[in-house]
Amino acid sequence: MLERIYKAQQIIDKACKQLGRKINIMEVCGTHTVSIFRNGIRSILPANLKLLSGPGCPVCVTHQGYIDTMLELAKREDFLIATYGDMIRVPGENGSLESMQTNAQIKVVLSSEDALELAKDNPDKKVVFIAVGFETTTPATAVVIDEASQQNIANFFILSNHKLVVPAMRALLSEKNNKIDAFLCPGHVSVITGSDIFSEIVEDFSRPCVVAGFEPIQIIEGIAEICKQLAEEKAELKSIYNAVVTEKGNAAAQRMICECFEPSAGYWRGLGKIDKSTYQLKEKYSQFDAFKHFGITDVPGKERSGCRCGEVLCGLIEPPECKLFGTSCTPDEPIGPCMVSSEGACAAWYKYNRKESDESS
Amino acid sequence: MKAAKNKKILLAHGGGGRLTEQLIRHNILPKLRNDVLAKLGDSAKLDFHSESLFFTTDSYVVKPLFFNGGDIGKLAVCGTINDLAVAGARPLALSLSLIIEEGFEFAKLDKILDSIGQTAKENNVDIVTGDTKTVEAGGVDEIFINTAGVGESIEGVELGLDKLEATDKVIINGSIGDHGLSVMSQREGLEFQTELLSDCAGLGGLIGQLLENTDGVKFMRDATRGGLAATLSEISSGSKLNIEIHEKNIPIKPSVQAAADMLGFDILTIANEGKFVAIVKPESADDFVKICKAHPLGKETSIIGKVTESSGEPTVRLITKIGGKRIIQMPYGRELPRIC
Repeated sequence: MLERIYKAQQIIDKACKQLGRKINIMEVCGTHTVSIFRNGIRSILPANLKLLSGPGCPVCVTHQGYIDTMLELAKREDFLIATYGDMIRVPGENGSLESMQTNAQIKVVLSSEDALELAKDNPDKKVVFIAVGFETTTPATAVVIDEASQQNIANFFILSNHKLVVPAMRALLSEKNNKIDAFLCPGHVSVITGSDIFSEIVEDFSRPCVVAGFEPIQIIEGIAEICKQLAEEKAELKSIYNAVVTEKGNAAAQRMICECFEPSAGYWRGLGKIDKSTYQLKEKYSQFDAFKHFGITDVPGKERSGCRCGEVLCGLIEPPECKLFGTSCTPDEPIGPCMVSSEGACAAWYKYNRKESDESS
Repeated sequence: MKAAKNKKILLAHGGGGRLTEQLIRHNILPKLRNDVLAKLGDSAKLDFHSESLFFTTDSYVVKPLFFNGGDIGKLAVCGTINDLAVAGARPLALSLSLIIEEGFEFAKLDKILDSIGQTAKENNVDIVTGDTKTVEAGGVDEIFINTAGVGESIEGVELGLDKLEATDKVIINGSIGDHGLSVMSQREGLEFQTELLSDCAGLGGLIGQLLENTDGVKFMRDATRGGLAATLSEISSGSKLNIEIHEKNIPIKPSVQAAADMLGFDILTIANEGKFVAIVKPESADDFVKICKAHPLGKETSIIGKVTESSGEPTVRLITKIGGKRIIQMPYGRELPRIC
């Protein structure tokens, strides 16, 4: 493995030297972010190559309006909120699901199936599943919607904020940050969608897109491929994760998504409202749609004072540039979602890199 | 008098009357038999020979009570023995305090007591005093156990963070994360749980051998809650020195790594129940490793890094497998709940 790493490093070093300017590569997947920090990948890259953590962590991209809605539902009588672990710590103005746990019914689940089981076990409660995540987790939600429909489970609802990754990448490049030179594209989203979904970024924006897995060697080889393309002034879509990712993806999972959901306009933290970026339940499944059933209007919401998670997500600043970072916002008492989620850029920076950045600053 | 007929613990079993007497005489004493305990005095009288005495206590609330590789009883004995042993003490005797929920099955209690008795015997310590309380249903979750332990000092051995110097070696006696991930995966009902085995073990024997047969052991700590990351951070901040660890030298079982990845945990922060970190002067390190490797609890012993000078805030650095560098910090936030 070390030989492969050394070879990739040589390609990266040569390309970066040749380019002679600052190069920004963005990863759009929380698992990439964690792997990059945990393996110290930044520390072996040339100084003019910068890795940016983009909108790839489901908790981080979730807009404050959704968080506020989730917290408001948790207060209602006869409601039971089923959520993946990370969401319970995202704070609103008056605390998080975790801090409400003593007087509200909140249950951490490991899968959408568990959430549906909760609904079956608690027929007197309205069970709302906090359905967040990208194309990777959407099929699992679709499966339980299908089950709930077939079994006629009337007390099961989802508050869908499932996201599509490509519309966010488009919004980033066209509105927020055109300094991004290339994308390291997420392996597990691509397993579902196929790597072809990124071709529009290559075609419309001339940015290299390289799909890579999560092992450090795969990430480094992905970065090497990007650097090579940049040095050759090329922009291509390439997958170096061919063992798992195909061009067309998992057709069955895509069918499940299509059966239940359709892309609609939705809010993102830091990116605002993006057209066709959020999966909404189709009309025929609207009885499970918590927004519709309980008459909730989705709103962007107001970010907590001083929090710059939005700019972090867009690659406009690095976490230590936020005044709250490491002072009033820490993993123990997070203010923004990027510090809550273990996949968030701020949490990863704090955990694996904090002292290094203290020393260099 | 026959053994208790009840299949479940009643509140009255903690009431101090006949049922309590029955419980102690028929369920507890036979499993822990020794001369001191048999007297059932209000206090145990111990004879010891060293000038100073080591004293420690710990409570055990693990869920589930029975896990691959151990149970709450074994854990309660090993955990306290290990706290004594890593401090440089020879464990002598333990106390055992049970807080039991009304309705708890006798079958489970017997199994736990068997395990306590057997583990104590294997580790050459006696349970010399104890207490039993019962609480109403919901007052505790099944059973909580507290053990306290005393140990005597080993001649010529004095461990302390103040003894650490740059170039000292950092050694661990085997693979990390086994206990925490075994318990967690069992709790979450993950498919691969059967492959995972807690490392729960009493380290008194191995550590006794090490301290009696090698010079140059400067400090030891068992890497329990917070895992290797917490232990190394404590050693670094307590000694005001840096530590440099090589990821490639840390023993990790592939199945444990897979479980950590699946559950999204950093394996360095996962609890162990049969692992110590030792700081040993460089010229003694090879002897130390040799003794460890000859012992069943130290076959995978590895020198994982070294102590280095620190100019600023003491830091633990990890050289990753790919040659990158990152820091290791005291874990924060959500520790895994009820892992021990």
